[in-house]
Amino acid sequence: MYAQMVKSEAADDSAEAQAFQARIDAGDKIEPKDWMPAGYRKTLIRQIGQHAHSEIVGQLPEGNWVTRAPTLERKAILLAKVQDEAGHGLYLYCAAETLGVSRDELTEMLLDGRMKYSSIFNYPTLTWADMGAVGWLVDGAAIMNQVPLQRTSYGPYSRAMIRICKEESFHQRQGYDIMMKMAGGTEAQKKMAQDALNRFWYPSLMMFGPSDKDSVHSTQSMAWKIKMNTNDELRQKFVDQTVPQAEYLGLTVPDPDLTWNEEKGGYDFSEPDWSEFYDVLKGNGPCNTERLADRNKAWDDGKWVRDGLLAHAEKRAARKVAAE
Amino acid sequence: MSAPNSAYPDTPGTPERPQRHEWPLWEVFIRGQHGMSHRHVGSLHAPDAEMAIKNARDVYTRRNEGVSIWVVEAAHIAASSPSEKGPLYEPSESKVYRHPTFFDIPDDVGAM
Amino acid sequence: MDRDAAFFEFVCRMGDNTLVLGHRVSEWCGHAPVLEEDIALANTALDLIGQTQMWLDLAGEIEGKGRSADDLAMLRDAWDFRNVLLAEQPNGDFGQTMMRQFLFDSFHLLMLEALEGSTDERVAGIAAKSVKEVRYHVERSGDTVIGLGDGTSESHTRMQAALDLLWPYVGEMFQSDEVDAAMVEAGIAPDPASLRPAYDTAVRGALADATLTVPESDFAHSGGKTGYRHSEHLGHILTQMQWLQRAYPGATW
Repeated sequence: MYAQMVKSEAADDSAEAQAFQARIDAGDKIEPKDWMPAGYRKTLIRQIGQHAHSEIVGQLPEGNWVTRAPTLERKAILLAKVQDEAGHGLYLYCAAETLGVSRDELTEMLLDGRMKYSSIFNYPTLTWADMGAVGWLVDGAAIMNQVPLQRTSYGPYSRAMIRICKEESFHQRQGYDIMMKMAGGTEAQKKMAQDALNRFWYPSLMMFGPSDKDSVHSTQSMAWKIKMNTNDELRQKFVDQTVPQAEYLGLTVPDPDLTWNEEKGGYDFSEPDWSEFYDVLKGNGPCNTERLADRNKAWDDGKWVRDGLLAHAEKRAARKVAAE
Repeated sequence: MSAPNSAYPDTPGTPERPQRHEWPLWEVFIRGQHGMSHRHVGSLHAPDAEMAIKNARDVYTRRNEGVSIWVVEAAHIAASSPSEKGPLYEPSESKVYRHPTFFDIPDDVGAM
Repeated sequence: MDRDAAFFEFVCRMGDNTLVLGHRVSEWCGHAPVLEEDIALANTALDLIGQTQMWLDLAGEIEGKGRSADDLAMLRDAWDFRNVLLAEQPNGDFGQTMMRQFLFDSFHLLMLEALEGSTDERVAGIAAKSVKEVRYHVERSGDTVIGLGDGTSESHTRMQAALDLLWPYVGEMFQSDEVDAAMVEAGIAPDPASLRPAYDTAVRGALADATLTVPESDFAHSGGKTGYRHSEHLGHILTQMQWLQRAYPGATW
């Protein structure tokens, strides 16, 4: 999802770890000062950090169209949405900070490639319909994962997700609203809408990560309730929800093998090309270089501002002390 | 003001993890529109209290959520530790009469 | 000058200022020095876009040719824009953006406070709504200018450079012409020149707190608010802002 292939640390079998697991099984929330296994802490930092980074890098593909939005209202909506993403990144970084890592440290790990962000944000946004597709498909896929995470075992993460889900509800709707306008518009607009679906369908399916039903990491994370569903469960749910929405728009999902399976009560569909997914993770997606360069530039260019405002605050505090 | 590590300003530096010079972390409390108490809504970073309040306005009241904002530097919050949970909270658990649901009010009496 | 023609011009000036500046600020989206600033800049841009909608709707109404706010924003060419040159200046570094914002916000606030007393209820209404937002804009941009001016030696140097670069664009905001005269006559808007003393007091005070030196020259570039001669920057803004409407005429979005 926004956190893909997060490697989970192994649990230890100390008495403390067993008591900890019993608390989680009983539905307790773990809070920052509570005892927790080192593996739980590390895995959470990795997962929340990756989630936060995804929100931050996720500003870029949509930010790409803010200055070209077709109407004043669309521009305001898009800007408000991208701003929400910055806010979501902020909430998540704060949740990670309660685990003993600072936001700037996490940022540096994103910028030098030690930490990852979701593969989806390495795809380009080429037309206005892509703003629709990103909202409809990418946010739609993200919501699948985020709604159950509101019940995650770590208190600060859970609270961040609750706030995020509350704000997120308008994102997918605004995306679908754009798609409806495009799909019901001129021939050129219809073409843009279909083209956007063609390009974003498989990358959206990849957001859930490869099948993990036999993964040890996944089992541990699920025991700790920092992962709530398997990747395959969520992907199936996403396809089942999205296909009728595409039909309503009169658009064709770019999968000739897509068929309704009465027996399982869901669609059978083609797997995305996982070799492409691993290429993107390795840094070879269409936009990996630009996305990281953009974030690095913003961070480097901003250093004098962060230092300047902090220096001013320190001077003021010193002047205040001197005056007393 | 010169928090070495914004999340844990009292964390001493080590060779692997030197002390950092970051904007400190602030906890944000907002009073909604209904005459309620200030409630913790989240955290953010800011160089000083004034900017923390402004940032809180921009970050946490984007949907008109608040009428009054408090900010406290995270380092200045004193918190009970989990091991104290027993003595601090258990006595009140026995005073169930403090909670309105303790009392059965006949339906005929109406809302109360 | 015909009263309605002048009224249309004046309202376009208000709306084009917020349109063009809002566009500039929105260019920061995703690239600010720190997350909190990214969110704050987006709020400022959103306020300005919202104000644009109100002003340009009113302009279309005054004109009476059925043009909507979007028609005016997306389908006029550079010579029909009436924003001051300051608004269209490039973002530069973050300091330059905040200096531009502060110099404009300080004017904007005084103008809106005066417009709250306009004889035209629609103008007074838009001003009353906008003034609350702009009071916060000026507080935020002012504090940032002060913080960066009185920060490190690097931030100070950059802010002084920003002030030196942008000060020649301050004068235009206070130049009065026949449009303004017609607005004063009708009781719709103040003479911008009359706002200058209050502006100087507020702005010079903050710049002193920022330990910055106001340039001695009072030279002022002009040509934006009259539309006579914009800078080259405006055309490039329009190539982005108007692209979809121009490329796909008549489509709805």
